[in-house]
Amino acid sequence: MNTYMKNESNVAMKLHYDISKDDFSRAGEASSKIKNMLRQLAIEANILRRIAIATYEAEINLVIHSLGGTIDVYIKPDCIEIYVEDVGPGIENIELAMTKGFSTATAVAREMGFGAGMGLPNMEKVSDEFIIESTIGVGTQIKMVVTY
Amino acid sequence: MHLKYIKEIIKADVLAYEPGLELEINTAFGSDLMSDVLAYVEDDTLLITGLTNQQVIRTAEMLDLKAILFVRGKKPCNEMISLAEDKKILLMSTKESLFTVSGILYNNGLRGISI
Repeated sequence: MNTYMKNESNVAMKLHYDISKDDFSRAGEASSKIKNMLRQLAIEANILRRIAIATYEAEINLVIHSLGGTIDVYIKPDCIEIYVEDVGPGIENIELAMTKGFSTATAVAREMGFGAGMGLPNMEKVSDEFIIESTIGVGTQIKMVVTY
Repeated sequence: MHLKYIKEIIKADVLAYEPGLELEINTAFGSDLMSDVLAYVEDDTLLITGLTNQQVIRTAEMLDLKAILFVRGKKPCNEMISLAEDKKILLMSTKESLFTVSGILYNNGLRGISI
């Protein structure tokens, strides 16, 4: 299995966003900025949509579950790489967390329309490559690649 | 189906981005779960929901949806309305329930997305 590592080769442009925990009112702002930036670069609509879903679900996850984290987007000639890192409780059982319908989200998250246990499966679904690593009590790291 | 026609048959109020009435949608999807919306919905779909918070607009933005219909008389807050205007997303509201509105639209020929 591939391990999580940032691939610094052939990066044309990098985007970086800090995401705060529990900031539900601003959740989605980073994903919106990423989408707008990629649209300006004339990235095709279907690719744009997959990246938007991946970053938005990741952003929501950071707000709901982490103590704060970052989203880095590497724009490359043949693909977009998304790196999500957080400081937080970590995921005890990744296989379970990847199961549709499984969620540990709070009531607040559910009121926002999330916590349905679809976030990680959605992120995997829209990615051509998906790597998740987590350490209990430390945090979680996710790499997603969308190829043009 | 023309969004102006949808507005008329369900007697909806327009809350944001009225120019959106001139656009058309091909299918509809009713849900209060935004993750399910993100999982299944393609563009050119009308989102029908009873959930009113900023994340509904953000979800629509991510998927390039043109219109959202709020049911059960739910009204979005001012921040949501201004975000929708900004993102050119038509917001409408009806007093009817999700089930009733879906039935009316289905009877008039609108269909759901394929899952």
